[in-house]
Amino acid sequence: MDSSDPAPSGGPDDRPTVPEQRTGQDAYLRVSDLRVRFDTEDGVVRAVDGVSFAVERGRTLGIVGESGSGKSVTSLAILGLHDAKRATITGEISVGGRQLVGLHDEEVRRLRGRDMAMIFQDPLSALHPYYTVGRQIAEAYRVHHPKAGRREARQRAVDMLDRVGIPQPARRFDQYPHEFSGGMRQRVMIAMALVNDPALLIADEPTTALDVTVQAQILDLLADLQAEFHSAIILITHDLGVVGQVADEVLVMYGGRAVEHGSVEQVLRSPQHPYTWGLLSSVPSLHGDADADLLPIRGNPPSLINLPPGCAFHPRCRYADRPGDRSRNEVPELRPAGADGHLVACHLTAEERTTFYAEDVASVGVAR
Amino acid sequence: MTDEPLLRVRGLTKHFPVRQGLRATGLVRAVDGLDFDVRPGETLGLVGESGCGKTTTGRMLVRLLEPTAGTIEFAGRDITHAGRRELRPLRQDLQIIFQDPYASLNPRHTVGRIVAMPLQVNGIKPPGGVKARVQELLELVGLNPEHYNRYPHEFSGGQRQRIGIARALALRPKLIVADEPVSALDVSIQAQVVNLLRDLQRDLGLAFVFIAHDLAVVRHFCQRVAVMYLGRIVEIGDRADIYERPQHPYTRALLSAIPDVTRLGPAGRIRLSGDVPTPLDPPSGCRFRTRCWKARDICATEEPALVPRDGGDQATACHFPEVAGATEAIVEEVSR
Repeated sequence: MDSSDPAPSGGPDDRPTVPEQRTGQDAYLRVSDLRVRFDTEDGVVRAVDGVSFAVERGRTLGIVGESGSGKSVTSLAILGLHDAKRATITGEISVGGRQLVGLHDEEVRRLRGRDMAMIFQDPLSALHPYYTVGRQIAEAYRVHHPKAGRREARQRAVDMLDRVGIPQPARRFDQYPHEFSGGMRQRVMIAMALVNDPALLIADEPTTALDVTVQAQILDLLADLQAEFHSAIILITHDLGVVGQVADEVLVMYGGRAVEHGSVEQVLRSPQHPYTWGLLSSVPSLHGDADADLLPIRGNPPSLINLPPGCAFHPRCRYADRPGDRSRNEVPELRPAGADGHLVACHLTAEERTTFYAEDVASVGVAR
Repeated sequence: MTDEPLLRVRGLTKHFPVRQGLRATGLVRAVDGLDFDVRPGETLGLVGESGCGKTTTGRMLVRLLEPTAGTIEFAGRDITHAGRRELRPLRQDLQIIFQDPYASLNPRHTVGRIVAMPLQVNGIKPPGGVKARVQELLELVGLNPEHYNRYPHEFSGGQRQRIGIARALALRPKLIVADEPVSALDVSIQAQVVNLLRDLQRDLGLAFVFIAHDLAVVRHFCQRVAVMYLGRIVEIGDRADIYERPQHPYTRALLSAIPDVTRLGPAGRIRLSGDVPTPLDPPSGCRFRTRCWKARDICATEEPALVPRDGGDQATACHFPEVAGATEAIVEEVSR
């Protein structure tokens, strides 16, 4: 094969940087039309309602949303952590080519920890207080490497503690979670998640409980590890600033649905959905006019039991009050919005979006 | 008389003894000698990372905690060790808003009763009656006055925080200590509450001590800012001083570490190594020296005083303050 020339389009290595419709076929993780439903006494909760995305190895997808947007439920579904008695999951989740929905619990368990792992927000409750951190990491290794001896597992755990930047790893191996600071505990969690070299890492608000200087350390660490292990990362967060720092792609969720999806430049630099506009202009910034009022989104996030009809965002949307607006009756489809691969679920036309963004959002000092 | 500070804090200190069994084995130096003033109608932000002592300071200011040393003067009166009875008239002028809108409201009381409680406790009978005053307060904070008879669980987090604010306003205070009032809220709701607090501050001329870890929120609310590290103020100044001309290396690092939506990618961040040391045994000399890229011998032996530079209002506790220079240059210096 001629190595000096790039392969013509259609070749096996010709990956588009922005996958068509963002559900790339060669991605490591592919989620399509995922629905997660809980039957409760108060009614059916549609926590996730038809979400699709894909993540390639070496790339980071940021999932952004407020409480109740379905972002954490999505990640738990990928890991197969929902109780089958309570949750009904439909759609497709493909990890490394294997279909996960409908797979037997035992088979998902074999993938979990080896091919995909998770970092939780609160490492203190995710680590067992009764066992030393080293033992917990070594155990995570031995579950998936049954032939590994005690000594080998210990060595592996010490190496991982060293790799995530914990000083004196051999000594810290024998300490308990409460003997670590918050940032160090989160490093332990990362060491445990990565001990089996998973190709997919899901981090659910990994830095929300941390101070900003420590958060910066952890985000740097995740980026370094990703470069080294070439893993696909899903970063779930409410913080658009964090997304802007580490993500390649962004999925904005609201009321269990994707409302906007695109590259980080597309979503943060030329956002298309009024909800994304609202998020951006309600976040206080270190730049711009400090005396300008923030532009909050009116109202509150919806209850998933009683989701507003049509576009779930319409009661909070400034543009839903216009005569002839369809958003109360019709759920908007996720459709291409202008630039390559940028998707938005909104009834506004492209021209309307451009006008409203320029008039209402870009003019405010805090948004760009 | 407007330059007379409403709140005057000198040498404020809180040490918590650490006991093992009955024996005291150490001291947590949570707050270690703070000096600051708050003038009437002024908003002072107290910022820092966890363990820096900002919450302990707030609790001492409203006398929920007894200071170990130092003085707190409020409206010219020393309230450092004032008893319950002496405090009672002052309670009207000095109120607190808590971080957690779930834990700070009694779930078995109606909103009307919660907001009326300060009036009742202080034996105040507003003209027009308690109910009218409470409804006026609910309206002031953007709640429906007809929801007077509802219980806290019927409200969302943002609305609950508004209830807490209405309760704090009931006695028409002069100073409100707000301890992380928006950090438990969703971002879109945060902005609503920040705007509300700003409007109230402006309209009612309230003074605030606003305690927060989020420097971007503080920038939108406070006229002056004090940056704390391990129980000390390391830098204090006007908003523009702190955000545009920060002099203390810690302030610089803190500001550069905040992920800002206006910047994509990880560039321009000062990487601080290590964690905050334990307040059980803070470093000698300058407490920040163990993480500071500028630290020299003098930093270990001599504690830098919080002194104003170039005759201005901005004071920095550092032997080698950053007087000029872009953050990019520092980032390069640190990573070397």
